[in-house]
Amino acid sequence: MHAPDGFLGLGTAVATGAISFGVVGASLRMARTRLADRQIPLTGVSAAFIFAAQLVNFPVAAGTTGHLLGGALAAILLGPTVGALVVTVVVVVQALVFADGGLSALGYNTLNMAIVTSFGGYAAFVAVRKILPRNASGVATAAGLAAGISVVLASMALSIEWLFGATAPVSFDTVFAAMVGVHLLIGVGEGVITGLLVASVLAARPDLVYGARHLDPAALRGRASLSTRGLVIAALAVTLVVGTIVSQFAGSDPDGLERVAEDLELTADQAGDARGPFADYAVDGLDNEQLSLAIAAGAGIVIVGAIGYGLVATRREPSAV
Amino acid sequence: MTSSAHELAIDVRDLEHGYPDGSSALDGLSLQVRPGERVALLGPNGAGKTTLALHLNGILLAQHGSVTIDGLPVVEPNLAEVRRRLQLVFAKADDQLFMPTVRDDVAFGPANHGMRGADLDAAVDGALAAAGAAALAKRAPHHLSTGEKRRAALATVLAMNPGTLVLDEPTAGLDPAGRNELVALLKTLPQTLVVITHDIPFALQLCHRSVIIDEGRSWADAPTADLLADRATLGRHRLALPFGFDPNVLAQATSIDRSR
Amino acid sequence: MGAEHSHALFHHGHSPVHHLPAHTKLVGTLVFVAAVAVTPRQELWAFAVYAAVAVFAMAVARLPVRFVARRALLVLPFLGVAALVPFIGGGETTDVMGLALSTEGLWAASGIVCKALLGTAASIVLAGTTEQADLVRGLARLRVPPLLVMITATMLRYLETVAGELRRARTAMQSRGHNPRWLWQATPLANSAGATFVRSYERGERVHHAMAARGFTGTPPDLNPQPAAGRHWIRAIALPGITVAVAIAALAS
Ligand SMILES: Nc1ncnc2c1ncn2[C@@H]1O[C@H](COP(=O)(O)OP(=O)(O)OP(=O)(O)O)[C@@H](O)[C@H]1O
Ligand SMILES: [Mg+2]
Repeated sequence: MHAPDGFLGLGTAVATGAISFGVVGASLRMARTRLADRQIPLTGVSAAFIFAAQLVNFPVAAGTTGHLLGGALAAILLGPTVGALVVTVVVVVQALVFADGGLSALGYNTLNMAIVTSFGGYAAFVAVRKILPRNASGVATAAGLAAGISVVLASMALSIEWLFGATAPVSFDTVFAAMVGVHLLIGVGEGVITGLLVASVLAARPDLVYGARHLDPAALRGRASLSTRGLVIAALAVTLVVGTIVSQFAGSDPDGLERVAEDLELTADQAGDARGPFADYAVDGLDNEQLSLAIAAGAGIVIVGAIGYGLVATRREPSAV
Repeated sequence: MTSSAHELAIDVRDLEHGYPDGSSALDGLSLQVRPGERVALLGPNGAGKTTLALHLNGILLAQHGSVTIDGLPVVEPNLAEVRRRLQLVFAKADDQLFMPTVRDDVAFGPANHGMRGADLDAAVDGALAAAGAAALAKRAPHHLSTGEKRRAALATVLAMNPGTLVLDEPTAGLDPAGRNELVALLKTLPQTLVVITHDIPFALQLCHRSVIIDEGRSWADAPTADLLADRATLGRHRLALPFGFDPNVLAQATSIDRSR
Repeated sequence: MGAEHSHALFHHGHSPVHHLPAHTKLVGTLVFVAAVAVTPRQELWAFAVYAAVAVFAMAVARLPVRFVARRALLVLPFLGVAALVPFIGGGETTDVMGLALSTEGLWAASGIVCKALLGTAASIVLAGTTEQADLVRGLARLRVPPLLVMITATMLRYLETVAGELRRARTAMQSRGHNPRWLWQATPLANSAGATFVRSYERGERVHHAMAARGFTGTPPDLNPQPAAGRHWIRAIALPGITVAVAIAALAS
């Protein structure tokens, strides 16, 4: 997901840069109270762990491999503000030292890979955790689902940025469908690995899992009973359902689009003048401009809401250590 | 050094420590070290030696009993001063070398105490030379060998110019030549030394006095040569001499330093 | 992405570029990347000048061609995606070797390719001539918040250590016949990663003890940054300065 220089337009690069700068600055201020002198080396070494975990290839299917993004994992283990800082440092160092991801692309890369995954992932974690049993299995499953969702949220964020900063004649619909489609599958891997990893940390040192601090240590004691195969099948089932819904909305199925358009009382004639800040490219190829924009807005609201919820959830929970 | 003659460099009395998981690591341990002494702490795995060391510069604070360094109680308000007087070299040097280069790492301590510019450079160069690590200054710590890491870690604490040094298993992972170099190097240091070690010949070479620690208490405190001759006591505390090693023969054959 | 590549980031050398203080190089790189970013993609001549500047910088830095090529492989996937654009893009078409390709798509692809390659080239020169320790110092010099600098420094310091632990765990598994091919066989791998996290965290605690023992109270000490004389700045900014002039000319035309 490391976008290179010039992938999105200049305005989008600057705007996402400003947003990232603001959120990272706020995280830094929020974290400073938690990042007592003790936390600095802990955060640095944890960042090394997240970076190293991204380098590990895990098996996906028939010998092909994938690797972790780690944003939700960092947020669940360290808390979303520290998690976002950790992944930001990783993304910046990858651009600066490893030439992985462009320096002028840092704004959107940080936003998508660090901020959306950490806060969005943590919000999903808190939401899912509420309906699951308050034990190790519940926390690990919530972590897995949240990690999968975080990857999809990141791909949605990149699609929305494309709507504003498209640099090629490829429509938002196409990008959205392709990005979300691919990342649904990537999310399965991310979710399974994250869930298993959190389960193993819970078994050894439950006190190190930020997202499980509210739980009674006694309830966490038993090892999470996760069936890996069950987890994979459940994740694939969720993916299938979500994938079907997405494909109903985006690009390829104009019938579905029109039906929803009618429900929303939008007509095709109204489209056309409402482009405003959007990149011409991304809007030109749309079958139904207003509906697509509505989808984009919906996804945008979900992402912003998730980031906000993640922030609020952090503040509300009792502080660690 | 900084302490007056009648003060003990280290004074530990009835120290007890239990870890959060319930395991008791120290159980009424007492230990006194006079300024300028070199003392070896011997004992089996899990005896509580490292836990004791962590109390000496306040990484762990006494739950029961007391720890005093140069007459200063090791309690929260005194920690900064205690740490100027006593420095610890960890068993795992990797955790002690956290800066990007060895030089930065050696400078870290003095810089935290406000040293800058030429003073800082002089302190760093002096410490690197004393530890035999001058050639390592520009290297990245994670690319060093075990022995090099040890020397770099020693330089980082020497730069703090402490009166007392505590070394946890300083010879682990060193080749025999490196081990002998370390003995020679440590003998040149003016500091009060406490070495925790499983390397009995090393204790004999370096320290006149040894203390046996087991199950969180001290069981024997005597001249190293005498202690090593007492096979029964050694056996009770899982201390075995290396094959072919006879401390009596050795003590006569070589001129073991009996001055400290 | 193999974990081994971290060794090949820096190319040891004594070129004039190697000797520039890190923060001047950081600023130079950022200026270069910004100039590339603002240049409209039709101005191919401008990109030609930038490419010449980048190649010149690599030559002065005496970076071997193979080193640069190996490092540049990372952008290949994105170039592959960009290459698809002329095929899937709409609008007017241009005839290229008998294929009717989207004109806009061709421009878009060339824009993405040019900017991505130039950005990568800049990063390669920076990382290839600057030790990681100096880079961290440069960040501190440029007033990046000390907290972030310290976290970055600690991360870079322990990256290889932690990555090595993970790699060894994997090798140990393979040597005992565990060779997972499917996602649901990844449990041992995830468990060893979990154990590595716990070890990393405990290592972080010990590192903190070591820092506290040497007087650390939360404010990172001044790392004695390399001072930059005027001539250093002139040298570091000279080439990026050319690109800024070109970018302005390109924007005006
Ligand atoms: N962080 C910890 N949490 C819980 N128990 C601990 C911890 N550290 C040490 N212990 C326990 O305390 C006891 C003393 O440990 P310590 O590390 O002090 O022994 P040691 O004498 O240094 O042993 P060794 O020679 O193996 O290094 C042991 O039983 C050990 O299991
Ligand atoms: Mg020990």
